Amino acid sequence: MATATEGTAESRGRWAAFVRWIDARLPVTEFWKSQLTEYYAPKNFNIWYYFGSLALLVLVLQIITGIFLTMNYKPSEAEAFGSIEYIMREVEWGWLIRYMHSTGASAFFIVVYLHMARALLYGSYKNPRELLWIIGMLIYVSLMAEAFFGYVLPWGNMSFWGAQVIVSLFGAIPAVGPDLVEWIRGDYSISDITLNRFFALHVAALPLVLILLVVVHLTALHEVGSNNPDGIEIKKHKDSKGKPLDGIPFHPYYTYKDLVGVGVFLIFFAIVIFFAPTLGGLFLEHPNFEPANPLNTPEHIAPVWYFTPYYAILRAVPDKLTGAVLMGAAVLLFFFLPWLDRSKVKSIRYRGWLFKLFLGAFIVAFIGLGYLGLQPAQGSYVIAARILGAVYFLFFLLMPWYTSVDKTKPVPDRVTYHA
Amino acid sequence: MRSSALVLFAVLLSGVVLASEGGGGEAWHGWRAGNDIANKTSLQRGARNFVNYCLGCHSLQYMRYNRVADDLGLTQEQVKSNLMFTGERPFDVMKSAMPTSDAETWFGRAPPDLSLTARAKGPDYLFQFLKTFYLDPDRPNGVNNLALENAAMPQVLADLQGTQKAVFVLEKKSDGNGEQMVRVFDHFEQVTPGRLSAAEFDEFVRDTVNFLDYVSEPIRAKRESLGLWVVLFLIVFTGFAWALKKEIWKDVH
Amino acid sequence: MTEEVDPSRRQFLTAATMATGAIGTAFAIAPFIASWKPSARAKALGAPVEVDISKLDAGAMMTVQWRKQPVWIVHRTREMLDRLPANDSNLKDPKSDSSDQPPYAHNEQRARKPEYLVLLATCTHLGCLPKQRFAVGVGEGGPDWPGGWFCVCHGSRFDMAGRVFQGSPAAVNLGVPPYDFINDTKILVGADEAPKKGAA
Repeated sequence: MATATEGTAESRGRWAAFVRWIDARLPVTEFWKSQLTEYYAPKNFNIWYYFGSLALLVLVLQIITGIFLTMNYKPSEAEAFGSIEYIMREVEWGWLIRYMHSTGASAFFIVVYLHMARALLYGSYKNPRELLWIIGMLIYVSLMAEAFFGYVLPWGNMSFWGAQVIVSLFGAIPAVGPDLVEWIRGDYSISDITLNRFFALHVAALPLVLILLVVVHLTALHEVGSNNPDGIEIKKHKDSKGKPLDGIPFHPYYTYKDLVGVGVFLIFFAIVIFFAPTLGGLFLEHPNFEPANPLNTPEHIAPVWYFTPYYAILRAVPDKLTGAVLMGAAVLLFFFLPWLDRSKVKSIRYRGWLFKLFLGAFIVAFIGLGYLGLQPAQGSYVIAARILGAVYFLFFLLMPWYTSVDKTKPVPDRVTYHA
Repeated sequence: MRSSALVLFAVLLSGVVLASEGGGGEAWHGWRAGNDIANKTSLQRGARNFVNYCLGCHSLQYMRYNRVADDLGLTQEQVKSNLMFTGERPFDVMKSAMPTSDAETWFGRAPPDLSLTARAKGPDYLFQFLKTFYLDPDRPNGVNNLALENAAMPQVLADLQGTQKAVFVLEKKSDGNGEQMVRVFDHFEQVTPGRLSAAEFDEFVRDTVNFLDYVSEPIRAKRESLGLWVVLFLIVFTGFAWALKKEIWKDVH
Repeated sequence: MTEEVDPSRRQFLTAATMATGAIGTAFAIAPFIASWKPSARAKALGAPVEVDISKLDAGAMMTVQWRKQPVWIVHRTREMLDRLPANDSNLKDPKSDSSDQPPYAHNEQRARKPEYLVLLATCTHLGCLPKQRFAVGVGEGGPDWPGGWFCVCHGSRFDMAGRVFQGSPAAVNLGVPPYDFINDTKILVGADEAPKKGAA
């Protein structure tokens, strides 16, 4: 007759045997330990460190809501617009799935921009994390492509004209331009054929690329370990057992902490979805509630807010090709940050005033350009875009100089942590 | 931020861009619909107005009669006797009987479907549009419209509103291209009276615009009331998660 | 200054967070599952259909579609109805106790009014469309064939009330959909109650 304790000991023994059976065939326990319970992260993470896990959350949300949208969406010129209204009005809870996906797209960029800002603040792109940064930049570029293709799918008037404008940019490339544009479109104008292929790219190709890149991104991260707000390498000081003195196991400390981040994020997410899903035309643009009309351009063609900084740079330049090249350069320069930054110091906490000035100016320029990209390209708006565009580029181009001459503060050995 | 406030701002902004505010001129682009989609009686009147005055030309292709019945608190019978006159079934969509090709021949362009117009242009625009028809002998219909210049639509509500004349004044306007004299709207003058008083007509238009506002997103009222519960629940969850985090992190020194 | 760890507080908070999280997740999943229910368009397309039976002669059969499925309406003659009781001993379920029909069709003639039979034209074996075999004494049924339907896919046979004969692979009688008479010349297939209108 088994007693209570014998019974639970027996079931514990059975569970352990089951785990051993799995582990002999798939290293689950090893993975759990190496990635979670025995993976050490710096203990001094602050608010800027929530956005990586939030980005992963939003990716999962977009995939799930995206799959359910695809169950009812029709990727043809004739039916696309109507199928979105079908989802909004006739599919049970379709409206919620749609708003989660449209809000999620904007949320993705908010989270990713804040995630990138953290890297700029604390030098997370510097040695030994240069490749981690580059993979992250590849995720960013893929995300922009994914968002662009996705925005075309509702086939509203802004979907059509946005596609028209962006695809025709490629026509500025000398020699191959016009043929390239026709090849991208698959037709002589943005049409049903273009819509169908953008659908395939948005629903299948780019999600796979994104998932692959995220896996590689996390692998690279776990290889070198996380940076932290003090910019100190915690692996430099380990205890007798080889654990970093300033590190704590990711699980349970950061799993539980990130859960709070998830809660706060979902509150904002829900407020937008349920009370202001268009966010005054920023998240869902008003012209897109009219079907695509090749004979009627919307009064102000503007991309969705997350592209507007680059759009402002494009329009600030009077020449089409130069504008397009500068727009591309604006994105590409990010890739070179690890090598443009000559400072020995990672974190803004210990940098000099020059870096703080340039970084501050860059942030202001980025946000300012974003605002300008939403306005008509007239008068003082264009002048402002040129000034801010210059600030943007100077942040990168002058960086080798100001990061070398900047007077930095001494970096401590151990992290700053207050319980 | 209330999206209606942003739409108003956009409308005002476009008003500034379109016409100089050099003093004088009724600020018709500041007229607000002031409709309330929670007001079911207004929506019911608006539905009746729409079917009687608009459905002849304008479809609501994404709206089914039975959905209107459910959301507006009408019975099948009420919808049948007040809104359905040509043998539609409750689950049918609200399509205009006018064939598109005929419409193009008669008006120069097919009357657009209005299911989403309130979302694309805003209820304030619709309100202004329905109220700013004025007599214009140069137009084929004999009328023009301040909100939509050279509109192809006749003044369908003429017998309710009456007809009016628009008085323009010349004003000096300076922009990036130097100074010019432009025709700026100053005020309306009633020419023939309508069956409704000004206040009654305003209510008629407001109800109709309210109905179109509802049609553009039938789920809006429900999503806002559901949202309250969702946010409250998330606050409770986050509260627990935060307390748990603080508790676990006591181990970290 | 280290605080004493209170394990019961820790347990409570963990339980509270996990419970709220689980409830929240369940509520979050529910709309996705519900989105698979028939949409308003599906319900509209699946709405009851009105059928005009004024031209249906005695002894004749018409086929209509309801929810994309074929439905037969048969105007049975007096002779067809009189032959029904004699089949009972050869049928698997003469009283229609196992088959699918509305209560008003749970009778010998399997219909509201005996002259008009409404049947789901789907063989209850594996779903083929059985063939009309109203002629008595001829065809696959042999010399004793009282009239009905024969399913060519696997040989099931049904009488003039859609009841399945013994020896058929089909186990139950043909189903009867919900239907009602709008008036003497119109049937509404797909609903148990039709709003009555005067003869068209």
